[in-house]
Amino acid sequence: MAERFMERFLSVLLLWVCVPVLALAQTALPNSADPALEARVMVIAEELRCLVCQNETIAASHAELAVDLRQQIRSQLQQGRTAQEILDFMSQRYGDFVLYRPPWQSRTLLLWLGPFLLLAWAVWVVTRRLGARGRSTPAPLSPQEAARAAQLLSDRGQP
Amino acid sequence: MKRPWLPLAVFVVLLGFLGVGLTLKPRELPSALIDQPVPPFRLPVLAAPGQFVGPEDMRGQVWLLNVWASWCVACQVEHPVLMDFARAQRTPLLGLNYKDRPDEALRWLAQHGNPYQRSLADRDGRVGIELGVYGVPETYVIDRAGRIRYRHTGAVTPELLRDTLIPMIGRLNG
Repeated sequence: MAERFMERFLSVLLLWVCVPVLALAQTALPNSADPALEARVMVIAEELRCLVCQNETIAASHAELAVDLRQQIRSQLQQGRTAQEILDFMSQRYGDFVLYRPPWQSRTLLLWLGPFLLLAWAVWVVTRRLGARGRSTPAPLSPQEAARAAQLLSDRGQP
Repeated sequence: MKRPWLPLAVFVVLLGFLGVGLTLKPRELPSALIDQPVPPFRLPVLAAPGQFVGPEDMRGQVWLLNVWASWCVACQVEHPVLMDFARAQRTPLLGLNYKDRPDEALRWLAQHGNPYQRSLADRDGRVGIELGVYGVPETYVIDRAGRIRYRHTGAVTPELLRDTLIPMIGRLNG
């Protein structure tokens, strides 16, 4: 009885493991017979944001628009367009938002330089603080403090 | 501590960023084609597949282009609004029937009513890509010179029509 249960359990487990693998195999199938072309399509698709599911690339997305845009990339590559021409084609229609690598423009200067500006500011603050700490001399002791210090020091030798 | 208010100030600034971030709508992207001419295309009319129409035929008038499909749920939501618009306004409203089967699209129009002067059938979605369509429904306002002046993504609401689209059409016509 237990054995049969085990057998069934294992076969169900096997199915569970296999089904996602089968599904993956399905999606990984290239849509054209030419694997080299397909690799180039994917390199470009990795650079593009899927506008339907905005945190995915067109390469990763299963949205219908992403499938269409991969097809668009494929046919443009077949027509001999360069990767840059295809990226330009996409950003002309969908805006710069479609590019995962934002272009270097006056509008994106802060985006590109912001982190370095922050870093420079942090370095400046830290060096200023450290410099101030090194230079400052402690305030002279008041007579009461001097007396207490002397007492503590003289106490040290005795048990 | 020399400046006890500093952490609070930083916190308030971050809170401000969060507040602004929450009011942004990342789903509503501005069209890259604002103030650009509508990409040229010619598509078969849904109800008369032998007849081809494109933006060139609309030159000289302000018109709306509404991207719709029978499989699109939000299109049913905006549909009564478009019907009201078609009844009340003389501005031509063209449909771009996006990645749809003509028989299903025609049945959908017969069932729900047809607000469109004409619907153009973009079966493979090519014209959609030219326009930068990324979600159905979308609505474009196009001026007399054939330039896209406004794009709305998602269902048209009565408020959008009243506060934005109709005033804009009035300005473009005036």
